Amino acid sequence: MSAVSVKRIFKGVVLAAVFASAAFATSSSPAPAFKLPGRGGKTIDLSQFKGQVVMINFWASWCVPCRQEMPLLEDIYKKYKPMGFTMLGVNVEPKQQDAEAFLAKLSKPVTFPVAWDADSKVSALYKVKGMPTTVFIDRKGNVREMHISYRAGDENYYLTQIRTLLKE
Amino acid sequence: MRPDTGFRRFVITCRRHAAAAGLLAALFISGAHAGVLPEDEADLLYFRYDGGGVQVQGPSMLVRKSIGDHVSIEADYLIDMVSSASIDVETSASPYDDERTQYGLTASFLHGKSTYTVGYSDSTESDYLAKTMYASVAHDMFGDLTTVSFSYSKGDNDVFRNVKDPDGHKINDPAFHETLETQNFSVGVSQIITKNLILQGQYEVITDEGWTNSPYRSVRFFIGTDQQGQQPEVYPNTRTSNAASIRAKYFLPYRAAIDGMYRFYTDTWGIVGHTAELGYVHPLDNAFIGGNWIFEGRLRYYTQQAADFYQDIFPRADFSNFMARDKELATYSAMTAGLIATYEFKIDRFPWLSKGQLNFRYDYMAVDYDDFRDARFSLGSFGTLPDEPFAPGTEPLYKLRANIFQFYVSAFF
Amino acid sequence: MRILRGLLVLSVLAFGATGCSSIEPWVKPYDRENLADPIMAFGHAPNSQAFLDHVFDSREGSRGATGGAGGGCGCN
Repeated sequence: MSAVSVKRIFKGVVLAAVFASAAFATSSSPAPAFKLPGRGGKTIDLSQFKGQVVMINFWASWCVPCRQEMPLLEDIYKKYKPMGFTMLGVNVEPKQQDAEAFLAKLSKPVTFPVAWDADSKVSALYKVKGMPTTVFIDRKGNVREMHISYRAGDENYYLTQIRTLLKE
Repeated sequence: MRPDTGFRRFVITCRRHAAAAGLLAALFISGAHAGVLPEDEADLLYFRYDGGGVQVQGPSMLVRKSIGDHVSIEADYLIDMVSSASIDVETSASPYDDERTQYGLTASFLHGKSTYTVGYSDSTESDYLAKTMYASVAHDMFGDLTTVSFSYSKGDNDVFRNVKDPDGHKINDPAFHETLETQNFSVGVSQIITKNLILQGQYEVITDEGWTNSPYRSVRFFIGTDQQGQQPEVYPNTRTSNAASIRAKYFLPYRAAIDGMYRFYTDTWGIVGHTAELGYVHPLDNAFIGGNWIFEGRLRYYTQQAADFYQDIFPRADFSNFMARDKELATYSAMTAGLIATYEFKIDRFPWLSKGQLNFRYDYMAVDYDDFRDARFSLGSFGTLPDEPFAPGTEPLYKLRANIFQFYVSAFF
Repeated sequence: MRILRGLLVLSVLAFGATGCSSIEPWVKPYDRENLADPIMAFGHAPNSQAFLDHVFDSREGSRGATGGAGGGCGCN
């Protein structure tokens, strides 16, 4: 642990019980199945990705860090897709027009599948505790890591997770 | 007793709060949430206050920039150009012009779910210096539904008195220099109630120690039954105040918002104040007007009970240890109505500009005093007595009407 | 002094509240859309708000308790 941890432990005494477990929940439980309407009219079913490493990104157009990381997610998708990886965006907004408008205006268009979770059923299923939330699912379909928030530099953590899971 | 016609004037009181108010407003209103840095922003504002014989206008600018992911710096600068012939000035002095310059620097540090902020503000005018330092911490908790914040600020003020030198120039009276120290302690809680409703509560204690009044203002007293005299005001050299406020904002399903606020105020000078405010904001995206417009209406009602040592006219000279005739400490009620029109735009050629705004704001303030009389009816204006002067204490109660204009441009990055 | 003691008590209560993890946050982060809308912010451009606060401060005997932090999107 780094030097920051001393301060973190002190804060953690008061808050860790509620938050720390949510921030880095490590588990090896099966990822809850779901079927959602997708961008472009396709239906997206989580089971269709079995055998691949899946990175689910819960996002919304009103969430600034979500918007910031979108181009990075596209880069990651393009790089690792040939190796059996897929990015899956799950948009949590009840109406799609703001999200569609945001995606249309991106200078680097998003090519990975985007699903519409309009009634937040999947968000609740995955116990999303912050925006954005990123979930890493291994080839067997188990949730391995959950990460809340996006700060510059988090993409390195994403890459480490993906490479580890791809090697399995 | 004729008033002294030497160069005297009346300051806009509570200037010492200008620096602190600027800092506090900059932090709290910038949309600062504890777990997220505030947006990068540049604002340019032109303001003009016109009422009760006083005109104050000037530019005010602000620039905020984040450095990395954890630090945000803000710099602000403003100039108040004052032209004053207020009722206090009319009844005992000469009109004056002055200029106040204020600059401030604030830095916010984000660490996990907490934001730490420190700031400094400096206000300078010909007879008043105010230096304020400020520190606060805000913390998001409970699934980011609750934000708790604490803040402390300390102001060191120097009060001077302007006189005219033999050549008629304005200089500080070398025999007059007083100081005032102000401290603010504040605790606030912001709570999300439903996905459409947010509530905020705040409690603030302010303590003043030192020279709390104005070196120019006088009180008046009866001489006999129908004559009046004036003597300098005398204030306590301490003041402690408590203010508690609650505000709520609710999102209406067709995309609009309504908000309300109530504040209760009391202090050791015996002043009790109630403030209530209502607002409604209505965006008109791509409506028939064209472009993105947001309209907002606000209504503010304020009522106050006078300070213990305030009287419009005292029964005799040296009536009590403390004597005040500042209408700011009187008993009165005030209503302010405001309208804001905002035009939002983006410029395709400047993709780094995430949003631009042109804002027009107009407020009309009406104050009706219950125990402050318009002494121009007995004392006249700038030394010229009225044709038929009123007997002191029988003048009509004073009413103040002011127009406040603001035009500002905001750019978000 | 009394003020600091009161603030300390309040802060203990406030931070202690987070220990009540039996109550789940009832507004989920993915439901923060309306709260994140800019029209839901309290107050306007900071220097416009500061100017008006200054106008009221100089006309009135009341001061304080006019600001607050919090709300919004809750994004991290």
